Amino acid sequence: MNDTIVSYLAQAPGYSLAVSKISEILGFDATGLVTFLVFGIAVFIVVNVMALVGGLGTYAERKISADIQMRQGPNRVGPYGLLQFLADGVKMITKEDVTPRDADKTLFFVAPLLALVGVFMSLAVIPFSSGFTLTSLNIGVFYLLGVSSLVGVAIFVGGYASNSKWSMLGGMRGASQIISYEVPVTLSILAVVLMAGGLSFGTITEAQGGLPHQWFILHNPFSFIAFFVLFVGALAEANRAPFDLPEAESELVSGYHTEFTGMRFAFFALAEYIEVFVLCGVCAALFLGGYNVPFGLGSGDFIIKNFPAVHPMIAKQIGNVLQLKVFVLKTLALYYVVIWIRWTLPRLRVDHLMTLCWKYMTPIAIFNLVGIAIWIYAFEGKSMLTLMASALSAMAGSGGGH
Amino acid sequence: MSHNLDVYMPVLILAAFAAIMFVGALLVGKLLRPHNPTELKVSPYECGEVPIGTAWSNFNIRFYVVALIFIIFDVEGAFMFPVAAVFKRFVEMGEGGPVLALLLLFISVLLEGISY
Repeated sequence: MNDTIVSYLAQAPGYSLAVSKISEILGFDATGLVTFLVFGIAVFIVVNVMALVGGLGTYAERKISADIQMRQGPNRVGPYGLLQFLADGVKMITKEDVTPRDADKTLFFVAPLLALVGVFMSLAVIPFSSGFTLTSLNIGVFYLLGVSSLVGVAIFVGGYASNSKWSMLGGMRGASQIISYEVPVTLSILAVVLMAGGLSFGTITEAQGGLPHQWFILHNPFSFIAFFVLFVGALAEANRAPFDLPEAESELVSGYHTEFTGMRFAFFALAEYIEVFVLCGVCAALFLGGYNVPFGLGSGDFIIKNFPAVHPMIAKQIGNVLQLKVFVLKTLALYYVVIWIRWTLPRLRVDHLMTLCWKYMTPIAIFNLVGIAIWIYAFEGKSMLTLMASALSAMAGSGGGH
Repeated sequence: MSHNLDVYMPVLILAAFAAIMFVGALLVGKLLRPHNPTELKVSPYECGEVPIGTAWSNFNIRFYVVALIFIIFDVEGAFMFPVAAVFKRFVEMGEGGPVLALLLLFISVLLEGISY
């Protein structure tokens, strides 16, 4: 496991050489500068890929909804309508930027910015692969919870600042919904932390394995429930249907972003789609084994053992790419489920939503937490299937040797 | 810069990047987009009706209760994170019992609260 992308790159022999060369040319110690540059480039890549994911997310959403409703979906711009999101972007940027007369001008400007900043900052800890994690903070999941709740603030500020009744209602709903669902989400994540014994995404992922029976979702019966609590809570946090009450278009026009036009609205939408990706990524990392590749392919050990001709450094890179692919695959599978849910289930009523959270999900999450704590104490952290396997082999052993 | 703070650098860069992207897009858009606000256009949207009063009025007190309960649970979460992080190590050392008992006590106090 590597702390940051810089410490990962620093393992390569050329890195320190390059640092010393640059220091020589500039005439001072350039370690900090190079670190900054590497981070800058990595951030640039991640942000652009994520913006692409957000754009393609809108496309995927429309295409899948069209499939579900037996329509065509976007098919004019580019091959299969793939460039639709670019066309939308151009449209958005040339739209007039209307600030309502009675709005709080400063907050009206700050709200979309807050949403974007919150979502982007949460990208910092997403473990794409063992090498390519921007930074594996030792307080990882805690940091993620804190930063992602910035989006809730943004939604409330957006609703408040517009000074429109629809926006205000949407903002109030959004704020109460997001803070309510934060509780079961936090408790479910706590359960994972109990199982992994660490807060950073690296530790949590490394505590799992490549094959499904090594994932935390199948660790014990409680964690199986905890995954669904987390997933439903994440849907509500991202304001996705059936929890899209803050922007319920059939009741509240467009909810908290009723008054936002052009690019400001575009940034709200972009933040929402990236947040869905982030939350799917978090679910995948916490419960579905994250970037672990089966059979030790991820660390490159498999290739090093069986193909000695391949340089170990290259083998490691191949492993890393595989890890990246596995992680993105899991995340996108969850992303598909999220979209699928949106176009299948009807929206909840506000009081049902709060009841679901406080009377069902929170007690269930607490029950899970206690259950997992007792499980770890009773079985010393062994997983359900390990116990079954050892019980089976014990039985086989008593029956006639294994 | 110490190594400890180094790992937080991407966080700052990401935040700065988001700000630059947002402000930049709005500035670029300024060159491209029309700007002719009218009285009707800048009034709050209320499905075509003329709005009555502002939206900044009193709201239901129950939102306040939700906020209070949320704070209690959030603090609970914050207190339990350190315990959860070291719990596995305690169990491996064979001292999980007291920690588990404390955890259960803490949770039961909170459960009492929520059921109340």
